[in-house]
Amino acid sequence: MKQLLLGNEAIARGAYEAGVRISSAYPGTPSTEINEAMARYSEVYSEWAPNEKVAVEVALGAAVFGARAMACMKHVGLNVAADPLFTAAYTGVNAGLVLVVADDPGMHSSQNEQDTRMLARAAHVPVLDPSDSKECKDFMSIAFDISEKYDTPVIVRLTTRVAHARTVVEPGERKDIPLKEYAKNTAKFVSMPGNMIKRHVAVEQREKSLAEDADLLSVNRIEWGDKELGVITSGAAYNYVKEALPEVSVLKLGLAYPLPRRLIEGFAKEVSELVVIEDMEPFFEDAIKAWGIPCSGKDKTGIQGEIFAGKIAAKFKGDPDPGPMTFGGIPVRPPVMCAGCPHRGLYYVLSKLKLNVLSDIGCYTLGALPPLNAVDTCVCMGASIGMAHGAEKARGGQSKKTVAVLGDSTFCHSGITGLLNMAYNKSAGTVIIADNSITGMTGHQDNPMSGKDLSGQPAPQLDAMKLCEAMGIKNVRVVDPFDLKALENAIREETARDELSVIISKRPCALIVKQPNTPYYCDEAACRNCGLCLKLGCPAIVKTEKGVRVEESQCVGCGLCAGVCPFGALSIRGNDHA
Amino acid sequence: MLNIVIAGVGGQGTLLASKILGQLGLNHGYDVKVSEVHGMSQRGGSVITYVRLSKEERLYSSVVEQGKADVLLAFECLEALRSLPYVKPGGTVIVNTQEIMPMPVITGAAKYPDGCLGQVKAKAKADVIALDAIGIAKECGSNKAVNTVLMGVLAKKLPFSRGQWHSAIVQNVKPEYACVNRNAFDRGYYYGENS
Repeated sequence: MKQLLLGNEAIARGAYEAGVRISSAYPGTPSTEINEAMARYSEVYSEWAPNEKVAVEVALGAAVFGARAMACMKHVGLNVAADPLFTAAYTGVNAGLVLVVADDPGMHSSQNEQDTRMLARAAHVPVLDPSDSKECKDFMSIAFDISEKYDTPVIVRLTTRVAHARTVVEPGERKDIPLKEYAKNTAKFVSMPGNMIKRHVAVEQREKSLAEDADLLSVNRIEWGDKELGVITSGAAYNYVKEALPEVSVLKLGLAYPLPRRLIEGFAKEVSELVVIEDMEPFFEDAIKAWGIPCSGKDKTGIQGEIFAGKIAAKFKGDPDPGPMTFGGIPVRPPVMCAGCPHRGLYYVLSKLKLNVLSDIGCYTLGALPPLNAVDTCVCMGASIGMAHGAEKARGGQSKKTVAVLGDSTFCHSGITGLLNMAYNKSAGTVIIADNSITGMTGHQDNPMSGKDLSGQPAPQLDAMKLCEAMGIKNVRVVDPFDLKALENAIREETARDELSVIISKRPCALIVKQPNTPYYCDEAACRNCGLCLKLGCPAIVKTEKGVRVEESQCVGCGLCAGVCPFGALSIRGNDHA
Repeated sequence: MLNIVIAGVGGQGTLLASKILGQLGLNHGYDVKVSEVHGMSQRGGSVITYVRLSKEERLYSSVVEQGKADVLLAFECLEALRSLPYVKPGGTVIVNTQEIMPMPVITGAAKYPDGCLGQVKAKAKADVIALDAIGIAKECGSNKAVNTVLMGVLAKKLPFSRGQWHSAIVQNVKPEYACVNRNAFDRGYYYGENS
């Protein structure tokens, strides 16, 4: 029966049908739902790994020992996993190994617009690029077949509009794929120079033969139309081309790397003008130009952001340009920390103390926005700690004015090694682990500090206190971020030291524990309009002419505002001045 | 072909609305494309989801672009104003009159537009249906049913029967909320008929 599936759910379905046995992932928008959907298939072992490098190594181990396996991540996760990927391309795989990597053109929920195809080419790994959920499902089977036939990891690359679009899919049966034999083969799997010199030759041969076969692969297809204009495209961009230019000839590349040269040359000869319409980098365009085939594309579509049908119709058909899909002249509505968010207490204190805050990737990055304005930097998973150490070593004494802030999941992902480095190299500094017991921004996934695994079963919980002790860190304490006084004292004391300290700011995410839901209100007679509560940046507290108003439909009754108000103006009705 | 834009504030339940609408299309033989927003922008920011349904032709893009929406279903007044350019001339705007202050307004850095609903009505080259959906949802027993109230109003503009909507809603909400949501849907469906 036909189903409406997210691209991500269809990826999971496709992997299931292709007989995948092992799936490991770290959550990251827009890829998170893949492994959540995978967890619903009892025939597949699926897990959250602490980071993408581990996830790829898990999947590689499974594949080498005979099981079809996959690892899923967002685009920047592939940077973390690049190390095993680049050498797995040399060792090969035995059973199929597929990495699903989701790019985010337009940066809906990401820190950059990197194009996975570029990294895949650098690693000499083939890339499939589906356009909708049906192709997501179908391409997974093809990806596993290519992986086994050519003995290589394969990347299935998604973009936000494919991963997060629901389109129609017809589910099929799961293939019965037995475990492959494992035979010890050190010449292949021990990556010493003497072995890998020979393997590099194999990588080149494999890539060449796949490129030749790509001319005949069914996922690369020509849809002939008017031959005045020929368009080469793939992924989500294919959909926009079909909407904007339904009459033209289209070469749709399902395999984005390596490219089918003869197919492209043949297509180019048949059309009067050749254009390439692709999201992100001029990946196809540069390659095609390098073969001496005249074409254009990026001069009209640009590299940044998404290319929609309206823009294509304007640039290639002369339709009126619809302009950017943003509408000015009215207040913007940036994302905010939720009402009741534990990070709000932490950032209120950090903002009050006017510290330099080297932050990290997670909900708590939102502390950078007004009115908290508390964050100095945010670069990549775990960078808060490494950068704090660098800042201290560069300036000496910077640690008195600086803290590193990162969440529990980010700490497990990439913070532990940074902290070990600080301890080992006798650094001074204060690292604050904003432990809300969940991976928040991606929609509440469990992690090694949350006490549960992907299937919701109880799991060993990392004891961060003991871990810090084991590293030799003497100053470790746990504070509730809603106890503003205790938190302020802790941060003052720890930043004053000439040693390394860790503060665990511990309170669960407001969306995973039941909130009191008894709204506060502002007693206008008591309010002196000082504006302190507005510095919390709570979505439920709104400035009025006389003072503030608590928006009852937004307030969850966390009471943080009452702790900030010096005049007792904020309280629960019937419980005045509590 | 039907292009619907659902605009609101992260956390208001716009995703559920788009999911139910997509399911309805699928149940009744339409080609369906739904484009959702997950992740950072969901945290109290502006969220826009697109739903496209077609019986005649195959759909490709999952995105509704400027001037192409038959219906704008807005969960909040400022978000209705922001998303007006999506609506095609002669289309329909369904707007919840609720006003949720964005952070720049909360801090005093910006002002919520004066007479926001009036501006929506004045600027829209479309039929505007405005209602206090959150008030109605509260009367039905849950703030959260605001999305089903709005779906009830939307239902009058789409080629699916009340019963078909009821079953799609029941398929997509927890059993304990089915009754509240059915009631809320009906209040939206019959909105304006008795007043």
